Amino acid sequence: MFPILAARTLAPLVKEFVIDARPVALKAKAGQFIVLRIDETGERIPLTIAGVDATQGTVRIVFLEVGKSTRKLGTLGAGDSLLDFVGPLGNPSHVEKFGTVVCIGGGVGVPAVLPIAHALKAAGNHVIGITGARRADLLILEDEMRGACHELFVTTDDGSRGDRGLVTDPLRRFIAEGRKIDLVVAVGPAIMMKAVAAATQPHGLKTVVSLNSVMVDGTGMCGGCRVTVGGQTKFVCVDGPEFDAHQVNFDELMMRQRMYRNQEKTALTRYDECRSAQPREEVTSRG
Amino acid sequence: MARKEIIPKKHAMPCQTPAERVKNFAEVALGYSEQTAMAEAARCLQCKRPTCVDGCPVEVDIPGFIARVAAGDFVGAAQRLKEKNLLPSICGRVCPQEDQCEARCTLSKKFEPVGIGRLERFVADTQLWLEPAALPPEPPLPPASGFKVAVVGSGPAGLTAAGDLVRLGHRVTVFEALHKAGGVLVYGIPEFRLPKAIVEREVQALQRMGVELRTNFVIGKTETIDELLANSYDAVFVATGAGLPHFMNIPGENLNGVYSANEFLTRANLMKAYRFPEYDTPIHLGKRVAVVGAGNVAMDAARTALRLGAEKVFLVYRRSHEEMPARAEEIEHAEEEGIDLRLLTSPVRILGDKENWVTGCECIRMELGEPDASGRRRPVAVPQSEHVLPVDTVIMAIGQSPNPLVPATTPGLETTRHGTIVGDPETGKTGKRGVFVGGDILTGAATVILAMGAGRKSARAIDVWLRDPERKW
Ligand SMILES: Cc1cc2nc3c(=O)[nH]c(=O)nc-3n(C[C@H](O)[C@H](O)[C@H](O)COP(=O)(O)OP(=O)(O)OC[C@H]3O[C@@H](n4cnc5c(N)ncnc54)[C@H](O)[C@@H]3O)c2cc1C
Ligand SMILES: Cc1cc2nc3c(=O)[nH]c(=O)nc-3n(C[C@H](O)[C@H](O)[C@H](O)COP(=O)(O)OP(=O)(O)OC[C@H]3O[C@@H](n4cnc5c(N)ncnc54)[C@H](O)[C@@H]3O)c2cc1C
Ligand code: SF4
Ligand code: SF4
Ligand code: FES
Repeated sequence: MFPILAARTLAPLVKEFVIDARPVALKAKAGQFIVLRIDETGERIPLTIAGVDATQGTVRIVFLEVGKSTRKLGTLGAGDSLLDFVGPLGNPSHVEKFGTVVCIGGGVGVPAVLPIAHALKAAGNHVIGITGARRADLLILEDEMRGACHELFVTTDDGSRGDRGLVTDPLRRFIAEGRKIDLVVAVGPAIMMKAVAAATQPHGLKTVVSLNSVMVDGTGMCGGCRVTVGGQTKFVCVDGPEFDAHQVNFDELMMRQRMYRNQEKTALTRYDECRSAQPREEVTSRG
Repeated sequence: MARKEIIPKKHAMPCQTPAERVKNFAEVALGYSEQTAMAEAARCLQCKRPTCVDGCPVEVDIPGFIARVAAGDFVGAAQRLKEKNLLPSICGRVCPQEDQCEARCTLSKKFEPVGIGRLERFVADTQLWLEPAALPPEPPLPPASGFKVAVVGSGPAGLTAAGDLVRLGHRVTVFEALHKAGGVLVYGIPEFRLPKAIVEREVQALQRMGVELRTNFVIGKTETIDELLANSYDAVFVATGAGLPHFMNIPGENLNGVYSANEFLTRANLMKAYRFPEYDTPIHLGKRVAVVGAGNVAMDAARTALRLGAEKVFLVYRRSHEEMPARAEEIEHAEEEGIDLRLLTSPVRILGDKENWVTGCECIRMELGEPDASGRRRPVAVPQSEHVLPVDTVIMAIGQSPNPLVPATTPGLETTRHGTIVGDPETGKTGKRGVFVGGDILTGAATVILAMGAGRKSARAIDVWLRDPERKW
């Protein structure tokens, strides 16, 4: 069992857990992920490692409640435990001194890009951060991002915080201004990463994205996470999760992400029905 | 002495009827009753020179355990069996007996062989569900050797080695990447052939013997082999299997609705997607399914698809019936259940719609030409014989090779071009000091009992090496 030591809500439907998982904490590097299972009937949920404390032996995860499993996860809190927690999986980010690096995080991509930004900064790069969300209240970990970057630009779709617009807007502006950029790292929804790739490709600007395809084992055994990169099939969990953005077939990735949409709906509806049938206290007791 | 009258055929195995069983995931074969088992055991001639034993990779004392069954001493039979075979309830179910012990049975020259596998299963099952206290006591363990061995992978090779090493007095930790122990036994072979509760029971028995099990631990990621050796283990046995799925590299393979058999079976077995939404893991339920391949894995995938509610399941194989590599019994079961065999047929591309969903599988007919390197006649495409199987799901069951995770993170381990780790087939010794290897990762995809045999041989070799004061490599 893997105890949840601390839990907090970062934004509506976005939660942060600190998990006691020393073997993972000792090994994790920026860019890697874990797979967890809540309980015996649970599915294997991949989540990015959003930071570790090696001395405490703890791992931080941040998740958005999108479906049944992440909702169920969201009902847990400090004092509860996860049945399974394995990692670190995937390859670490490639970190070296590139020069100037733009780190872009959208939505729950922010906690994923944060350790990468830290590592790139520590390696001597000038790190420009761009973080975005739909609305101000959905923007997460802004202060930590500010600490991890030399400059930080914030965008919201409705302009309720930072600049109004998308994360690609400041990026396009830097490019237009002729700022020297050596690398772009983008983590977020597939559609955002696709947009970033489209913005940098015409300028030959090296761009890395971290893909979140549907996974089962996370160790290269099932092939369910496969994506087409440069015309070749790759397994995201073992060949990635980071790939050259200009080679990724994002449309295929997005269509594959929808593979279980009907079942996901069934699961969620059934889950909500079961929960609303329970006394309300039980539902909210862990807040 | 009057010559014993020989009953020409094995006593039939009671089975669920095909119509019944395709609607559930319960075991197909139901097992012998005590009477049938004793009657089948009486067929054995108790040969002075029991050739059946030569056919068993772990040298089970077959006449010995069968004599006890004939006498109604099931506890004694189980003890005999367990001396050589740590997992008899599993082998009795999944061993290809027709190529191994039963193929070598004296009776098989004129009649059907003794149902050794069925008897093995019967005997093991009589003990399986007893409370540990009711079981005959395990022989006492030898004095602790003070050595620690890490076993990587909890499939049949790893579990067997772990059990043997504990019995030899060593401390053993099994590291398993997944959340459950058993390897292919839990993620690949379906419930209806091998109930998962049995595997769990066998794993618990090992734990009671003192084997430490660490699931959720990926060697090469959570810790490397070098770290294991540096931190406290005196030797490592690598038994990570052959879990990397192959695809055909034909157009359309990344469409939604195309699975590797590994993924399809893992969702269904390990994650229990057949009980969705009670269990959280979903699986795409095709109405019309094409399974590509004809080995055990393909049969399992096809029969699982049927049980998940598919109306039609095709099995697409480029050679003929004769070359189908699956066990005869599995092919027979699959045909009984209504799997449509499309032999001498090979997929050339998978067709899809705008939303990326599979709409069909374009195939081409084949004919058998000259023998190839494997000695089997090579299938050659018949020009202009393309045709489309209208399916919404395609499952690729064309083989798997070893996962490169361990070799890639372990300097000093040599691999072949098939991705297997190079090691001595007798001892499992590799080119890296203190590291032994066995099972599918050494031989390529093989069988449960061969993996167990490898685990046993390596356990012995590890023991000898650990106790050798010189520890030469
Ligand atoms: C390497 C990787 C890192 C990730 N990191 C994070 C993270 O840090 N924070 C975060 O909030 N989310 C992250 N995700 C996505 C997260 O795994 C999914 O949101 C989660 O599994 C959804 O489960 P659900 O049952 O709640 O939702 P569902 O209703 O099942 O699905 C909602 C969406 O999640 C995706 N999804 C469903 N099942 C899986 C699965 N088994 N594997 C991957 N995606 C799936 C689907 O594309 C679907 O569109 C990551 C995914 C991957 C592959
Ligand atoms: C669907 C299917 C049906 C089959 N049917 C039969 C049958 O009827 N009869 C028969 O005899 N054989 C059958 N086989 C073959 C048989 O199951 C295998 O030959 C046998 O399981 C091999 O045993 P193993 O111990 O070498 O490896 P596996 O059983 O593959 O176990 C390897 C284990 O190692 C773990 N692992 C891998 N990498 C790591 C790592 N880096 N760190 C930690 N753990 C790791 C894996 O998760 C797995 O649990 C079948 C195979 C399949 C796939
Ligand atoms: S272990 Fe397998 S090969 Fe050996 S006797 Fe039992 S069924 Fe036959
Ligand atoms: S060869 Fe056949 S008949 Fe002879 S001992 Fe073995 S099982 Fe019995
Ligand atoms: S998740 Fe199974 S191979 Fe990547």
